[in-house]
Amino acid sequence: MKSMNVKFSINAKSYEMDVDVRKSLMDVLRELGYTSVKQGCGVGECGACTVLVNGTPLDSCLYLAVWAANKEIRTVEGECKDGKLTAVQDAYVEEGAVQCGFCTPGLIMSSTAFLEKNTVEDLSSEEIRKAHAGNLCRCTGYQTIVNAVKTAAKK
Amino acid sequence: MAVGQSNIRKDVIAKVTGKTRFTDDFTMPGMLHAKYVRSPIAHGLVKEIDCSAALAIAGVEAVFTYEDVPKTLFPTAGHPYALDPNYQDVADRLLLTDHVRFHGDEVAIVVARDHLSAEIGARAVVVEYEELPVCVTSEAALAKDAPAIHEGGNILKSTTFEKGGSLSDAEKSSDTIIEGTFSTPIVLHCHLENHTAYAYMDDNDHIVIVSSTQIPHICRRIVGQALDMPWSKVRVIKPYIGGGFGNKQDVVLEPMVAFLTSKLGGTPVKIELDREEGLVATRTRHSWSINARAGVTNDGVLNFMDLDVVSNTGAYASHGHSIPMAAGSKSCNLYPRSVTKFSATTHYANIPAAGAMRAYGSPQIFFGIEGLLEDAARAVGVDSVDFRIKNSVQPGDIISKTGNLEHSAAMIECLEKGREIIGWDVKKQQYAQQDGPIRRGLGVASFSYGSGTYPACVEIASCRLVLNQDGSVHMQIGATEIGQGSDTALAQMAAETLGVEYGAINVVSVQDTDVTPFDPGAYASRQTYISAPAVHESAEKLKAKILDHCREMTGDASEELDLINGVIIRLGNQHKVIELGELALDTYYNKDRGGQLSAEASTKTRTNAPSYGCTFVDLEVDIEMCAVTIKEIINVHDAGKIIHPLAAEGQVHGGMAMGIGMTLFEELLIDPESGWIYNGNLLDYKIPTAVDIPELSHAFVETFDPTSPYGNKSLGEPPTISQGPAIRNAILDATGVKINEMPMTPKVLFRYFNDAGLFDSPGKE
Repeated sequence: MKSMNVKFSINAKSYEMDVDVRKSLMDVLRELGYTSVKQGCGVGECGACTVLVNGTPLDSCLYLAVWAANKEIRTVEGECKDGKLTAVQDAYVEEGAVQCGFCTPGLIMSSTAFLEKNTVEDLSSEEIRKAHAGNLCRCTGYQTIVNAVKTAAKK
Repeated sequence: MAVGQSNIRKDVIAKVTGKTRFTDDFTMPGMLHAKYVRSPIAHGLVKEIDCSAALAIAGVEAVFTYEDVPKTLFPTAGHPYALDPNYQDVADRLLLTDHVRFHGDEVAIVVARDHLSAEIGARAVVVEYEELPVCVTSEAALAKDAPAIHEGGNILKSTTFEKGGSLSDAEKSSDTIIEGTFSTPIVLHCHLENHTAYAYMDDNDHIVIVSSTQIPHICRRIVGQALDMPWSKVRVIKPYIGGGFGNKQDVVLEPMVAFLTSKLGGTPVKIELDREEGLVATRTRHSWSINARAGVTNDGVLNFMDLDVVSNTGAYASHGHSIPMAAGSKSCNLYPRSVTKFSATTHYANIPAAGAMRAYGSPQIFFGIEGLLEDAARAVGVDSVDFRIKNSVQPGDIISKTGNLEHSAAMIECLEKGREIIGWDVKKQQYAQQDGPIRRGLGVASFSYGSGTYPACVEIASCRLVLNQDGSVHMQIGATEIGQGSDTALAQMAAETLGVEYGAINVVSVQDTDVTPFDPGAYASRQTYISAPAVHESAEKLKAKILDHCREMTGDASEELDLINGVIIRLGNQHKVIELGELALDTYYNKDRGGQLSAEASTKTRTNAPSYGCTFVDLEVDIEMCAVTIKEIINVHDAGKIIHPLAAEGQVHGGMAMGIGMTLFEELLIDPESGWIYNGNLLDYKIPTAVDIPELSHAFVETFDPTSPYGNKSLGEPPTISQGPAIRNAILDATGVKINEMPMTPKVLFRYFNDAGLFDSPGKE
């Protein structure tokens, strides 16, 4: 199979590797052990595989791994540093925004990107809902997720 | 005090940091991947199957067809085994079939070294079919000349019962009799984690299965039945699971992965369904039609309900007739002073198999009941809330179906609380005179549910507690954590009774049928209720052992001691005797006394406390756009004592969103002639996103039900029952139009509004 040599960083760790050009970023991340990146549909409908590429949240199942060349990738594994949760993770815990947890890594990355771009403390529910509309969750009804984003914005 | 506190969920830190591993996150060296060959037609017989092209593909190791699998029919429903053959689930399934019964049925399976080769291989299998006539609807499946989908015909089962008095007497004493026909759609579970399982052998006669299942111990038994193996030679491991909602209360992939590894010398084989397969080839929610009648007196007394259900179970029985039976039983709880007649027929059809889904028939039956009762209240001019309060269950009532005494029902308080929160009386006046194109409406609907399956099924639960060297306690629990938070709630109970901090209880969340004490699994909103006695008893036993050991250490056998927050104290003067950690070290390592302290209890519960609640909704209908916007929606629950308020809130919100989805958006669309599935993917089958769900509100009326040691009743499924009728009743309030079918999409509303003449206003052409 055709492969391409690429360099990228995952959670600030550098990688240089030959990547099968057919593989999605999700596949490559999971093979490297970043299993927080979940496959819920494989075709960009559910958002469970959301990661940040240069700070932008995207469905890594639809994003070829070779497109990530020379870019910075973030997954939820890299967010908690020295055992300290980020404000977003902390708010998800506090507000009860986690049930089965399968959508949680993707949602936390969407919330993280959203709050890095929207630094005001007083966010409306509408803005938050719109920014998370690409992440399906069947457990929570989204209410506690909206609550968590509001709480994280104040942290 | 741990019970009643919102302690940090046992699994939440692992989940927010990405450390929880689900089935697909595990792999093994040499693992093979399998892909089903699925039928492109809804009904037919395989005439010829050619696997040669598939076998020639690089990476493909084997292809198995219907000719290669055991000929033993097996059941798939996640019920405990029944000793009475009349209560056993219908065994109508083979691992692969040459008689395909729905679009997507399984005729062969390709095993390859990687997922992609398996997929290419599955496409290369050439199958020739003889097409048979297709029955999609109830009408077609129940027609006299309908083709038999299974041997014995298309009717799976019919039942009828009459409880609480004589229907004919109740009819005679009614001033008004109301009738209605209601229908509900095929709805899909859409848990975010698809069905995934793998299996390998670690001995010649021992199969290990790792699966995303709600029912590890039931899986073990059914795999044993399907492969004709001793049940104890099957080991099922359940890691973290990404939601189930009933769809994983069925044995789906486990017998197949076990079969494949047994045929391939024990090599690990994995099946991961893709989303499109998962939506149509696992289970669905039964679509129902309900013919309903109710009789009332002029002063608003409900005399009777007469409910006649047709339930379409699709290609295979799965939970089949248990669904209407369970719903029929629950419909007798809510208005126990009236007569309930309930009849149901369940039939096969050439559509995906329906099984268990959150609340198991209750969203369907209460759509009928609470819609009909709204019409009854309006017919006799009694306020919707007052009508329900007048007829609702109260403590001291006898539940007609079971003959049980109701202990704790707070249905009336739930209605009163909801009425107050939503501002019912004021808004009723505000919304009284509306004739514009945009109107507001108020709706209410009640529900009742059970806290388990007794007396239909055995209710068994188990708990094992082990005191660790550091004074913490490991808890192994038969109840299956699937995201609902049972590990956390049961740890709170253990901490409370044992007398340690919540943080001192470590729950072993991964279940392993070779190790985990027995419990059939996560369903029927049973776990906190059925496990409570097992947790309570094991915690009391362990506490007694700890205090006995302490007396051995102090040398005073008569000393009265207690364990409070991890410290043993003297009852008289409340002085500290010893910390639990220090005592634990002594139990393990003192050369002359003690041993590993553990306690275990396996309990059977022979009660089933009904739980209650209601939905209140305030919505806006844009008649010309046929659009409904929910302005305010509240669920009020009597679930007994609330063990963990934050997790309870989560259950309520999630259930409400699922109920709103069923009511306004979701339906699996199937061509009525060919059985072709139109929208078997998440783009076309739309579950609500964050922008589709309004702000959700909830309230609890806490009671203490004496049949649980902690006072709790069910809460997992009940929150999803009553949105449909509440929204229906609010649209009726706003427009005067009864929408007796779900989902209430703009297309459906247009039809109803047009028929009702709402578009014929003067001045319009």
